[in-house]
Amino acid sequence: MNGTEFHWSTFFAMGGYAVYVWPAYGLTAVVMLLNVIMPLRQRKHIIRRVKRAVRREKMSTR
Amino acid sequence: MFRAFYHLLLRDLRLAMRSPQEVVNPLIFFVLVVTLFPLAMTPSDALLQKLAPGVIWVSALLSVLLSLDRLFKQDYEDGSLDQLMLSPNPLVILVLAKVFAHWLLTGLPLVIVSPLLAMFMHVPDVALPTLLYSLLLGTPVLSLIGAIGVSLTVAVNRGGVLLSLIVLPLYIPVLIFAANAIDVASVGMSVRGQLLFLGAVLTLAVSLAPVATAAALRITASR
Amino acid sequence: MFRAIWAWIQKFSSPKYFFDMSGKMIPWFAIAAALLGIYGLYLGLFVAPTDYQQGESYRIIYIHVPAAWMSMFIYVVMAISAAIGLIWQIRLADMIAAASAPIGASFTFIALVTGSLWGKPMWGTYWVWDARLTSELILLFLYFAYMALQSAIEDQRAADKASGLLLIVGVVNIPIIVYSVQWWNTLHQGTTISITKDAIDIHMLIPLLLLAVAFKLYYAAVVLVRARNEVLYRDRSRRWVREIIEKL
Repeated sequence: MNGTEFHWSTFFAMGGYAVYVWPAYGLTAVVMLLNVIMPLRQRKHIIRRVKRAVRREKMSTR
Repeated sequence: MFRAFYHLLLRDLRLAMRSPQEVVNPLIFFVLVVTLFPLAMTPSDALLQKLAPGVIWVSALLSVLLSLDRLFKQDYEDGSLDQLMLSPNPLVILVLAKVFAHWLLTGLPLVIVSPLLAMFMHVPDVALPTLLYSLLLGTPVLSLIGAIGVSLTVAVNRGGVLLSLIVLPLYIPVLIFAANAIDVASVGMSVRGQLLFLGAVLTLAVSLAPVATAAALRITASR
Repeated sequence: MFRAIWAWIQKFSSPKYFFDMSGKMIPWFAIAAALLGIYGLYLGLFVAPTDYQQGESYRIIYIHVPAAWMSMFIYVVMAISAAIGLIWQIRLADMIAAASAPIGASFTFIALVTGSLWGKPMWGTYWVWDARLTSELILLFLYFAYMALQSAIEDQRAADKASGLLLIVGVVNIPIIVYSVQWWNTLHQGTTISITKDAIDIHMLIPLLLLAVAFKLYYAAVVLVRARNEVLYRDRSRRWVREIIEKL
């Protein structure tokens, strides 16, 4: 590596292309995060539904 | 087996003759859509000529798509599809008969009408044979691939848009090579490669698509 | 002997066995994906040198290329699962295919958007009818077609088989489509997204490969979570599912 110092400001500037690079990374992060969150929420939803159905069946057989 | 093919083919053709508007409407649609483009643009003759291959072929695609419904829907609803699937004859052959009938009723008329549209879009005379060949080779492929889509969606209510979503991406190779063939022929160059490709795709479609269609029918339409 | 192998396969592909096994595997996949991903990003963003032609904008490839690879890899995995489900009637295979679809479509979407954002500084427009981007767009349509067909058919078994057949038809068509699009693309100026004109610098290649592997591990973790949801939902009337849910 050459001897120039590392500055966060130069890093974030991405040689002038920041307006392209960071939205690209940002969108990717959002989509990948959603792909993790949504199945987890779906799981809770399914569990709640099945528990409710089981409870209803138990009450109707009493 | 060949007798079954022949009889099913005749039956479908005879049924279509009883309600000719089902056959004529897609044809009128084809002409209408092509007409819309010059109206939307007021273009020069040169521009029309450049757009012609794409416009004619996309309109042909949409017209075939519109008419695919008649392939299995009626038979599914009145129970004849069940009869066909119970028949001792191989379903693949019966499917081939129905698709062939469909092409005779929808694809072939497009080929016959295309010189009129060539005139509308100022397609040069030198490209006219290529236009006819491309439609002749391409429209059967559209019917064959379309049949796969119809058989997958035959039991779905209002599956028309779903059908388009399934089938249009699969039409893209035919579209690319057919439109390009007409384009290239308009400047007098050889189109052997493009037409050979279309012929190859047709051969592949004739051999594989009916198999997929029959399999799909057994999945979605057996009761 | 084949009967023994078949019995072994049936045990592994039973939803209950899968559910127990996958629960233990998910954390490992997730942690490995995170570690490799962070290290790959570090190398790619901080350590790798600037491209002398494209400046810093090339760094988008660390996302774009692995995402494009994943979009194709997942589609193939789905097609193979569908074939297994159709031929051997293994329900778990159909569940894996269904679970993979949204993930594959997401990666295709990411590949398209990052490709577009990369293209803007390169060629001045957000969209280029480049062969690879066009093929990615068509792949996105194929994903949507699968998901639409899955949700349109009410009977689960029929939906699985029909959309599975569609996947197989799609996978057969993909080489034809890609070839046609590439051929079509050569008729134009032939703008292609290329990483570098010459062989890629090793310092750029390593982060790329690390992120590619990280994405695969991420997919493994997420598809297992989704597939377990499928198992819980589809078999919700079975006793073993209800016993598990009671404890959760």
